[in-house]
Amino acid sequence: MEAGWWGVLIAVLGGAIRIGTPFLFVSLGECLTEKSGRINLGLEGTLVMGAMAGYAVSLHSGSPWLGVLCAGLAGMALGALHSWLCSFQRVNDIAVGIAMMLFGTGLAFFLGKPYIQPSAPRLPSIDLGAWSDIPQLKAALQINALFLVGIVVAIALTWMLKNTAWGLKVRVVGESADAARALGLPVDRIRIMSTAQGGFLAGIGGSYLSLYYPFNWSEGLSSGQGLMAVALVIFARWQPMACLWVSLLWGGAAALGPSLQSVGITGGYYIFNAIPYIMTLAVMIITCSPRRTLVGVPHELTVTR
Amino acid sequence: MNDGAPPDLQALGITKRFGPLTALKDVNFRLQPGQFHALLGENGAGKSTLVKCIMGYYHPDEGQISLDQQQVTIGSPRDAQAFGIGMVYQQFTLIPNMTVLENLVISKAKLTPVINWQKEEHQLTQFMEKMPFKVSLTARVSSLAAGEKQKVEILKQLALQNRILILDEPTSVLTPQEADEMLGHLRAMTLGRQLSVLIITHKLREVAAFADDVTVLRKGRFVGSGKVSELKITQMAEMMVGSEVTAKPKQRNDRLSKVPKLVLQDIRVKNDIGVEVVRGVHLTIHEGEIVGVAGVSGNGQHELVEVLAGQRQATAGAIRVDDQPFQPTREKIRRHKVFCLPEEPLQNTCVGRMTVAENLAFRNFDVEPHAVGGWLMSRPALCRSARGLIERYNINPPYPEIPIQSLSGGNVQRAVLARELSADVEILIIANPCFGLDFLAMEEIRLQIVAARNRGTAVLLVSEDLDEILELSDRTVVMFNGRLVYETTSPGVDLAVIGRHMTGHAA
Repeated sequence: MEAGWWGVLIAVLGGAIRIGTPFLFVSLGECLTEKSGRINLGLEGTLVMGAMAGYAVSLHSGSPWLGVLCAGLAGMALGALHSWLCSFQRVNDIAVGIAMMLFGTGLAFFLGKPYIQPSAPRLPSIDLGAWSDIPQLKAALQINALFLVGIVVAIALTWMLKNTAWGLKVRVVGESADAARALGLPVDRIRIMSTAQGGFLAGIGGSYLSLYYPFNWSEGLSSGQGLMAVALVIFARWQPMACLWVSLLWGGAAALGPSLQSVGITGGYYIFNAIPYIMTLAVMIITCSPRRTLVGVPHELTVTR
Repeated sequence: MNDGAPPDLQALGITKRFGPLTALKDVNFRLQPGQFHALLGENGAGKSTLVKCIMGYYHPDEGQISLDQQQVTIGSPRDAQAFGIGMVYQQFTLIPNMTVLENLVISKAKLTPVINWQKEEHQLTQFMEKMPFKVSLTARVSSLAAGEKQKVEILKQLALQNRILILDEPTSVLTPQEADEMLGHLRAMTLGRQLSVLIITHKLREVAAFADDVTVLRKGRFVGSGKVSELKITQMAEMMVGSEVTAKPKQRNDRLSKVPKLVLQDIRVKNDIGVEVVRGVHLTIHEGEIVGVAGVSGNGQHELVEVLAGQRQATAGAIRVDDQPFQPTREKIRRHKVFCLPEEPLQNTCVGRMTVAENLAFRNFDVEPHAVGGWLMSRPALCRSARGLIERYNINPPYPEIPIQSLSGGNVQRAVLARELSADVEILIIANPCFGLDFLAMEEIRLQIVAARNRGTAVLLVSEDLDEILELSDRTVVMFNGRLVYETTSPGVDLAVIGRHMTGHAA
């Protein structure tokens, strides 16, 4: 039994990376978008659209990486559409986000019908567990390449927000549109670009779902991960590096059910599977108080104004 | 800063119309190199319009602007900056969640794609060494006091190498000491001919102490200018208002009783980010007494007023009215007659898109005669009451059926005061009632407050304007860092002592 518990722990850690990777990309995308002062709830649709586009392109071209790129571009287009709509007077970004979520999933289902059956080439993984002969450890150390890309993106995003003129402009626009206009910054253009870039990252997150894990294209693929990313970003206090840790935490929570099942604990399986959603709910309740505002929140976000 | 004197700025025959309204009519103005020039006038006199014409926000319909006798066209604030003209606005334009360094860097005209923070910090440190006042570059702006923020605004303009500095009521958020310090530094820089300063202000004391020259506008027209050394304060005030000044001491009757009306016991309040900003306030206010709470903004006054108005919950402590526990519910407010005039009333206690009549009835729309039988609204009754209040309190324009947000700031203030004073009032809580009002509106509102006191109302007056507190209060307390740190009865107040307590420098 002792070894069994170790097995669970290892499986949870491996699962954290496996299930957390799409969370990582979507939350980094949402983080960048929110830094510019907009919330994009449409990322749920972007994720599904990215999964479909990535799968289709990978199937037709034979290159999963080309699929990832196209998924990103599809996400970018959806992000640009969202922020373009939001730049009109009196258009609310949350309402547009919900519309974009439905539009993105609907479009993906419509275009993706032919791809439910065939099998596309898979994204490669890197075998970091070759030195070990414990099968569970070997399995857990099968690290997917996109996760490593995600770490690089998190570091790069942190650096960019702090050290580049572009990053500084994004933050100014997110903190105070008035101040940004006084400085002569094109507020709408910066927001459109940030949201499009955020959409690009979310699209990549989607391609991971269809091209690595669970590695198929179906309609129930994302199960709300795009929406949970909003809570993740709040929990991460709008810091890209914290998005990395929080994504792993959520991934680990989601892996708990299957891991326990693997050692024969099947009771309460559905409850364990609901843990990420329960955690999301808990974060929203704990962080949202009428008496306090959050530390680090970009001031232009409509939910906080 | 580059060498040489600042340019000679002249505005000749400036006229600016907004539709049928003429905001400026043939105004002349000159700011000579190294001058410290005050622009005086009531709200709506055209000061801001004139300055915005110079800054390129507005384009004058007639007249011209010249620098060193060369006619120039200033099309935008960016152009003004290119000519070396910078402006410090009444509201802060800094980004609170960023450091001073980041704020100074972002305001530069040209940014390199990758920012070399070490180099920027080094350059700005060197620049700061040449400046008469210092601010920590690594501090987050939101953690700075108002005076410090004002300094950063000025440093920002100077770092951009601007030689003409326009300041719009820069001292309205500062303590007397902070104001004197800042104006003193600017004065020194103008004496050294490094800088010309144009300052918009209501405060005649500051004009007399620091300015060389003064120009007065009234109703969009130039009414006079001259050397400050040759003018008396009363003359300047007369130019501003037009007739003789009406700042008479308010008629007070002797204090009626020693009956405590409002008692605060150990009130503690947390702010929006969970920090305790009111840290144990004890205060008793008696019948027919005005207690003024002085203090620099951000020392907990705002949250204290919110608690008394029912907009925020205290974490500890008790409010007692007439020796009974008090919670600001609609029923208790009505029973104990506790009313409130918070700061920025349009945002805080009005619904901008609802009509004046509806806003005036917020306290009593659910009782007879406005609500027949307690539930059916009667619009004729609403309008009748509104007309009465509009007439009594001089609300302009006098139409009950227009949205309240279409009224000017002074008239919104009058409307809210009318609503809060319309019934019997036993306790009145007021915050910054005259912020942004012109002289006459200010006088009127202060008279109403004193009149309420004379009728026996207990008044708690929270204000950032020390002159206002000293003029109105029977008793003054100073709030610093969440506590009441000093108390004095109003005759024989020492301004310097109050100022020291306001900044926490009283040992």
